[in-house]
Amino acid sequence: MIRFKDVSKQYSTKDGGLTAVNDVNIEINDGEIFGIVGYSGAGKSTLVRMLDGLEAPSTGEIDIDGTDVAKLNGSALRKQRQKIGMIFQHFNLLWSRTVIDNVALPLEIAKVPKTKRVQRAEELIKLVGLEGREHSYPSELSGGQKQRVGIARALANEPTILISDEATSALDPDTTNEVLELLLKINKEMNLTILLITHEMHAIAKTCDKVAVMDSGRVVESGTVFEVFRHPQQQVTKNFVSEEFTTQKGDTTMTLEELVKKYPEGQLIRLVFHGPQAELPIVSDVIKRYPDLTISIISGAIHQTQEGALGSLDLQFIGDEAKINDALEYLKKMRVGTEVIHHE
Amino acid sequence: MSNTTGLKSYFQFHNVDWSAMMSATWETIWMTLLSMVAVVVFGIILGLILYETRSKSGWGFKVINWVVGLLVNIFRSIPYIILIILLLPVSKTLVGTIIGPKAALPSLIVSAAPFYARMVESYFREVDSGVIEAVESMGATTWGVITKVLLPESKPALIAGATVTTISLIGYTAMAGAIGAGGLGNLVYQEGFQAYNNTVTLVGTVIICLFVFVVQFVGDRFVKWTDKRTL
Repeated sequence: MIRFKDVSKQYSTKDGGLTAVNDVNIEINDGEIFGIVGYSGAGKSTLVRMLDGLEAPSTGEIDIDGTDVAKLNGSALRKQRQKIGMIFQHFNLLWSRTVIDNVALPLEIAKVPKTKRVQRAEELIKLVGLEGREHSYPSELSGGQKQRVGIARALANEPTILISDEATSALDPDTTNEVLELLLKINKEMNLTILLITHEMHAIAKTCDKVAVMDSGRVVESGTVFEVFRHPQQQVTKNFVSEEFTTQKGDTTMTLEELVKKYPEGQLIRLVFHGPQAELPIVSDVIKRYPDLTISIISGAIHQTQEGALGSLDLQFIGDEAKINDALEYLKKMRVGTEVIHHE
Repeated sequence: MSNTTGLKSYFQFHNVDWSAMMSATWETIWMTLLSMVAVVVFGIILGLILYETRSKSGWGFKVINWVVGLLVNIFRSIPYIILIILLLPVSKTLVGTIIGPKAALPSLIVSAAPFYARMVESYFREVDSGVIEAVESMGATTWGVITKVLLPESKPALIAGATVTTISLIGYTAMAGAIGAGGLGNLVYQEGFQAYNNTVTLVGTVIICLFVFVVQFVGDRFVKWTDKRTL
């Protein structure tokens, strides 16, 4: 179990103090995939770098299985670091080493004998699906392949925790999905705790069990991915969720403002369905019950999260205001999440 | 003997003492290669000290960085011909003589090692900091980072820098030769300049040029061979 307790980090800069991480409390259970989402500069990377002792917290405790990491140094810290694997946005492979030598590097550092190193590296290369490329150099690989090497390398010392620091941010959408699938696979096969730092809600939805949303150093919202997606509380979370709902592949990429401009009449309402309701004929019910309302569908999307499907549907309601409110009440009764995007 | 004047004076090959030319060439090669090895070793050590003490907090590191940086800057700014004379007593103490190729070694090393050290420091700073951090996060010690990351990841640059340094060392050996260190510099100065034997000067020049070309070629080959960034 990982526990951040009242963790803060201040930097002193020329223009005075800068609080990168502000009073963060998070608990992450073993075997969980925990997402930390936020815009750049929100303090996500600083937070996880503390797990590895690459940064020290100004105040607070960072507890990994009963050890306060912030208090470790020297060889105890180096030993602790071997229990945590890390993958990075820019892969951070050594260009001077072949794939197999990159994967074996953490084992060299841990002073594992050579024959064992080779054997373990070969296993890992197989696990990440890079057989046949053992003796290639990183410059001969694609971005997705490089990240697979990064993952294999991170797993070399059989860590209990894997930190993914924006590991898919430099990859195209298809490759991102492949890498996320691989992370899911190793999470299940090795019962590894994964911390996924990202600014892409898509990656969170696809892989994570729980999520914490960070904004200017604070955790502003956290919970299961399902809950956070269904009922985002904070504005920054709403932005992330709606970004994810409106920028689906092959779907309309209109922003909310553009939607409002295009459909100025009546009310624009976003419905969020989950699990069982997604299977009920709720929209046709509403249309039958309120024949005076004109209802048109503007856009929709379905997301697979770790806990089931989440759907969103943007509708335009035109008609009598009281009737529209009745319809919304009815939808709420059916436990469909509603959000008025625009009101005439 | 060498009374021919004008352009023809360059081509009086019967006036060249070939065995003296041979032994002078060997002396030059010997001086260059031996000092090169020492310069590379000392340069990398000094460069490492400069790099490792650069951004560390703590008085000890700051003092070491300042002292080493100052020495490097001083010896890098002394013109070589003056440095040889300055170091004559040092050479006398270290190698027991101020004449011959051996006597030139201390001054050759002292002048080129700081030059190379500064290059080495900048090569280390160009190593991707993300990679260094990744290897630190694997639990590597400082020594581990040096041997597994800094040196291998800057190898092509280290070789290219060593090539440039070696070529300037060849120039220095010639200067050292002029004041008695032997080698082609000495031969050309005594035979070519003082005895007006222009053919010796020409032959000496050609040999030095060939030597420089070979060093450059070998250096470039090694750089290409070790650089796996673009294939």
